[in-house]
Amino acid sequence: MSLDTVIFIFSAVVAVFGATMMIVQRNPVASVLYLILSLVAQAVLYIQLGSVFMGAILVVVYAGAILVLFLFVIMLLNLRGTEDLGRGSGPLNQLTKYVFAVLFVVELVFVVRAGFFAETIAVSVLTGPPATDGFGSVENVAKLLFTRYLYPFELTAVLLLAAVVGAVAIAKREREDFATEEGEAAHSGDKPASPPMEKVEG
Amino acid sequence: MVPISAYLIVAAVLFGIGTVGVLVSRNIIILFMSVELMLNAANLALIAFSRALNVMDGHAFVFLVLTVAAAEAAVGLAMVLTIFRNRDSINVDRYNLLKW
Repeated sequence: MSLDTVIFIFSAVVAVFGATMMIVQRNPVASVLYLILSLVAQAVLYIQLGSVFMGAILVVVYAGAILVLFLFVIMLLNLRGTEDLGRGSGPLNQLTKYVFAVLFVVELVFVVRAGFFAETIAVSVLTGPPATDGFGSVENVAKLLFTRYLYPFELTAVLLLAAVVGAVAIAKREREDFATEEGEAAHSGDKPASPPMEKVEG
Repeated sequence: MVPISAYLIVAAVLFGIGTVGVLVSRNIIILFMSVELMLNAANLALIAFSRALNVMDGHAFVFLVLTVAAAEAAVGLAMVLTIFRNRDSINVDRYNLLKW
């Protein structure tokens, strides 16, 4: 087994392990840290595929910025670790989501089995032969972004601006003298303004 | 030498884990992180195809997906913050004011 294969298997296992631990953890902080572990392993896979720049971007932007934002919000909410989330709403709701989850896992097994027998398909090229010179380098990514994909790239700037303005507008605390009747009703605790259709056990 | 289908299988498994997390989780923050994981699985598939076909366009797509993910996280977390202030819970089953 070559070193390439060993690195691939190791980082793939770490990525899947981190993702699995993320969804089974009760504590949101531990969940964020497991997702960071998974992302770092995925960055190793990116680098193995020759896209060094995107691997670096993944670590810097995702692990460094987005997930720190998640941690920041968790600590701002002061969740005290493990809030007991209870059994969830009605039995039908429970059943439906587990049925869909199981269906999706079954579908996934089919995909994986198809993937093992996909050697005849044109896309199952080995990553062995070296790519063209400078594949995935900063220079070539920049050339692509500023020539062929210039307009989408500029639009992302508008998107980020809209997201920042929207986030500030949504998260801004309402001033008390502006609070409407609905706002106060919503503030007054767990009882919603309209009667709920069924009693939810928190 | 690792075949490209192995990377696609890893991407599919990560996407599946993300979907199961969205369906099963009741903690809204873990639910959000599952969505991020699904976006990342798609990114891994894009990078793998980009390498297999030796075309670099996949990198530009991954860049755009990363931007959308960042915007989504910012707006989504702002909404989580506001809802938590009103409902005092991170349990998605209690966000049922719009339920008829």
